[in-house]
Amino acid sequence: MLNHWTYLALALYAASFLCYLRVLYVPHLWLGRLATLLLAGGILLHYYALLERSHGLHTVPYDDLYGSMSLFAWLLGITYLGLEILHRQRSVGAFVTLLLVVWIAVVSWPAPSQMPPTPAARGPLFAFHITLNIWAYAAFALSFVLSVIYLLQDRVLRSHRPGAAFWRFPALDVLDRMSRSSVYVGLGALAFGVVSGLIWEHRLTGAYAWGDPKVVVTLLIVAAYVIYLVLSRSAGWRGARAARICALNFAIVLFSYTIVNLYLTAFHRYF
Amino acid sequence: MPSISNARNSGPARVTGAVRVALIGCNHRTAPLELRERVAFSNEQALDAAAELKRRGIVEEAVVVSTCNRSELYGVPGDANDSVTDAMEDFLTAFHRIPRTELEGRTYRWMGTDAIRHLFRVASGLDSMLLGEAEILGQIRTAYGRALEHGATGPILNRAFQGALEVGKRVRAETEVGARPMSVSLAGVKLAERVFGSLKGRSALILGAGEVAEQVVEHLRNRGIESLRVVNRSFERAKNLAERMGGEAITWDSLEKALATPDIIVTSVGEVGEVLTREKLVRAIEARDGRPIFVVDLGVPRNVAPDAAGLYNLYLYNIDDLGEIVEQNRRARESEIPRAEAIISEHVAKFEAWRTALESSSVVDDLRGRFRKERELLLREHLDAAQGVSPEERQRILNITEELIERVLSEPDARLRHGRGMRGRLGAIDALRHVFGIEKQSGGDEEPE
Repeated sequence: MLNHWTYLALALYAASFLCYLRVLYVPHLWLGRLATLLLAGGILLHYYALLERSHGLHTVPYDDLYGSMSLFAWLLGITYLGLEILHRQRSVGAFVTLLLVVWIAVVSWPAPSQMPPTPAARGPLFAFHITLNIWAYAAFALSFVLSVIYLLQDRVLRSHRPGAAFWRFPALDVLDRMSRSSVYVGLGALAFGVVSGLIWEHRLTGAYAWGDPKVVVTLLIVAAYVIYLVLSRSAGWRGARAARICALNFAIVLFSYTIVNLYLTAFHRYF
Repeated sequence: MPSISNARNSGPARVTGAVRVALIGCNHRTAPLELRERVAFSNEQALDAAAELKRRGIVEEAVVVSTCNRSELYGVPGDANDSVTDAMEDFLTAFHRIPRTELEGRTYRWMGTDAIRHLFRVASGLDSMLLGEAEILGQIRTAYGRALEHGATGPILNRAFQGALEVGKRVRAETEVGARPMSVSLAGVKLAERVFGSLKGRSALILGAGEVAEQVVEHLRNRGIESLRVVNRSFERAKNLAERMGGEAITWDSLEKALATPDIIVTSVGEVGEVLTREKLVRAIEARDGRPIFVVDLGVPRNVAPDAAGLYNLYLYNIDDLGEIVEQNRRARESEIPRAEAIISEHVAKFEAWRTALESSSVVDDLRGRFRKERELLLREHLDAAQGVSPEERQRILNITEELIERVLSEPDARLRHGRGMRGRLGAIDALRHVFGIEKQSGGDEEPE
């Protein structure tokens, strides 16, 4: 069920996208700041949308597909905003906000008209586990976007035919650093998420489900991104090749978030 | 001391006649370099000329803008007729001791709106030799700032130049006219920034000491490049360039060893051909632990093996690549001219609206003064001769006639301020001045009270 906060957040994300897009072609300091402010406003309203949903469910809204995807988009927005402030770089904003708008619009389309039933109480540790994992996926999604832009920028540089927006795009070095920062955030969130999940499970069952497909794929994700981080600093791999690995790693994340959750595990099938 | 930022808010302007900015000047389009050199003003000369223009009564406000491509005199004449530009041209030739015949057909003259539009176009870089160049805005700011500081400007030129600075900034911020590099050297450096981001802390190696390479070095230095090494077949030339640019000269023999450190390599070794082979660059990348190298090959024939362009993490641009990018950028800048002109038109309209308001206020004040003067004459003529008019009665008559003047003027005042169409309002102001002969009063008429 969509609430009015979601519509308002979507409107602000869309307005932010238009401002970021404009700034990409025509540099304008205040318009850039407005884009950031609109994004921050969208994130705030999105928070209220999630909060309202949380009040209805008495937990973080991850128990249904719509709630989970909405939380994912919100965490993606927060992660990007943090990176934008850290790296003082707005030129990626148009891509991220476009992704947010499309994502929310797509997941809202089949959103159920009724609030899902209140799930069984599982405690705050479980809520942390799920939220941190979704945050990790959001950060990996951002690193995917940054890596794709890197590859496009690299291709334009090699083609010797720069277009209008080329001069406004972040430098390869900046994209590389932003992508790595995003992966660090993702790995950090995933590590804490996995640990909190294991603790919660051990408290509940007295054992660890190491053989669960979700756990296996999650460990595979950790390994893939650690390999990326190592290679991105290695001779012969740093640059476009590392960016390609980072982009491909996201396929495993998508696989884990969709196929594994929906079809391959009963234990982790929470929606 | 007045400053550019507060000049605009220095209180309501009061003018005594029709407000028109007059301009005479010559630029790279109208005059050859030899002539432009002769009519150029140093900073001190520009101030002297502005002061002298005012002292001689040619104009009441003056600013002289002089750059390598233009010399322009801006003024606000007390009596706005077209002959003021003749007087300004006479002044220009006399100041530089040039026979007037030498300037014939080499200057342009603009009055009123045309002069303002010209100033705004200059500030926007649309009138520059290199379309959209940014330097002109700084030059206008300096020329105006100095004139303001020395009291050469007044409310009209303050408003005009403040507007020009605003327009210049807007055009550069909101259009692509000033964006994208327009020279081969700058294009090379800007492309390097697309790879490395900020060039602060980066290192560069310059092979050869050609003119374009020197320009590249200058751009690199301006962007805070940390380490700069120069290598040339003639060590003396390398040393000269290195000393001038604050770098380090190295011998030709140590070139290959030096390839391992720089992030940016610029080559312009003439008549030698291939200096950097693919193998040398492969070894350089390996020695750099695979970190990217940006190579600008300005040599003709080329100094870098063309097949090196395919090396991983090596970005190679030759002189033709850069030339093509500059040409693309030129076309992109030109396509932005209509948008820049729209911004200029918007600000010209703003200036004209302000000028109209100023003039309408001025003409109503002048009319009021004229009516009061006539009233004073009538009162003297009729009341002073008559006996038995007490001071109280005289004051009452004054009060009633004062109210009459205000009532008569209130509608023209409102129509001049808020009437439809700026052209119509300006026409009405001119007609009023003409009908009542107000233009001849030019500040000399004090109110009788």
